[in-house]
Amino acid sequence: MPSTRDIRRRIKSVKNTAQITKAMQLVAAAKMKKAQDAATNGRAYADLMNRVLVSLKERADEGVHPYFSEGKGEKELVVVISTDKGLCGALNTNLIKKVITSVTSADADFITVGRKGAQQLARMKRNLMADFTIKDPARFAELRSVGVFVQEKFLSGEYRCVRVAFTNFINTVTTVPTVEQLLPVNPVTLGGKRSYEGGTGMGEPIDMTAQPVMDYAFEPSVREVFAKVLPQYVNNTLFQMMLEARASEHSSRMVAMKNATDNAKQMIKDLTLEYNKVRQAAITNELLEITTAKMALE
Amino acid sequence: MAFRLEIVTPEGKAFADDISGVVLPGALGEMGVLPSHANLVSTLEPGELRYTKDGQTHELAVGAGFVEITGNHVNVLTDMAIGAEKIDEGVVEAALTRAQDRLKGVGDLTSEEVAATEAAILNSIAQLKLKRKRRTI
Repeated sequence: MPSTRDIRRRIKSVKNTAQITKAMQLVAAAKMKKAQDAATNGRAYADLMNRVLVSLKERADEGVHPYFSEGKGEKELVVVISTDKGLCGALNTNLIKKVITSVTSADADFITVGRKGAQQLARMKRNLMADFTIKDPARFAELRSVGVFVQEKFLSGEYRCVRVAFTNFINTVTTVPTVEQLLPVNPVTLGGKRSYEGGTGMGEPIDMTAQPVMDYAFEPSVREVFAKVLPQYVNNTLFQMMLEARASEHSSRMVAMKNATDNAKQMIKDLTLEYNKVRQAAITNELLEITTAKMALE
Repeated sequence: MAFRLEIVTPEGKAFADDISGVVLPGALGEMGVLPSHANLVSTLEPGELRYTKDGQTHELAVGAGFVEITGNHVNVLTDMAIGAEKIDEGVVEAALTRAQDRLKGVGDLTSEEVAATEAAILNSIAQLKLKRKRRTI
């Protein structure tokens, strides 16, 4: 049986742990609110842009812009958006699992955003091409450098397609690891829904009842419109994916830390019970000894 | 007859309503859109967007972006959309001077940053133009 001193010591250390996790939970909760707002607010724009471009892709002539058709190469380029810090539950593990199951070809090249993903992929001996570090909160200008890099690689013709692995934010307790095709332009899922299925994840869904349209007029010209809009589309979609990933990160960190705090509290309860039991037993023992000694004297 | 105008910015949906007409700052100059307009995709320059609802005309300052016109929908995607009443002239002017000052030290800016600053200047100018026009009425 452990002594009361040992148990007291353990209670103290668990209490300290609980205090730390509680503090981390509060910090994560504050960041979570901001990150969630940023993600949900940006969705309407990214969704609408994606929907417009997907519908334009169907009507555009072949070869009007390289982003509408697959590259000549065989390889795949995969951007993995993970977190920089740990202690966020199974977020990164799930993301990497998803990457392994969806990216089957062995010679895929990887670009990582966030330290955790880079470490994992390096351990698995995958081809890492570049590793970007994005501050928190993410700024558009930072993501643009990733976007520009990705586009350069795609335009070099070395790759068939570019895909992005990130964690979609549904709500505080639900986050879904997702792999989406960024190039050539393709319908993507942001938040819970695919944009072309209607519903932008916020407010009323965009009406999709427009009758099948055969022709669009372009101003100033098809080429100029696409040359301007498509790079912007790539950057913006990447940025939105980053926002989703950040919202997921802070949410799952908050949840993980909340669980840790709850567990620690439960442990303190159990240990206190144990401590009292041991103390009681010691007192009873002492009393017993005293009475036996007294009875022996009489 | 009315049609739907939606203006969406990265910060969220800025405007969504049924309107009877809109004038957009297109790449080739101002362009008016009425119900049953032909399908069109055009880029937009920073400038002034005017829409008419119930016989009244309202104005917004918008940034660069593009517009998709299909059937009875006009979807505007832009990086800024702000009504005249929400523009604070002092703040915008300060932002404009700040951006212009930054451009003067071009040497230590990357081409990316220069492009971003130029876009900010154009957006500020669009806001000021709209605000000042309103004041003279």
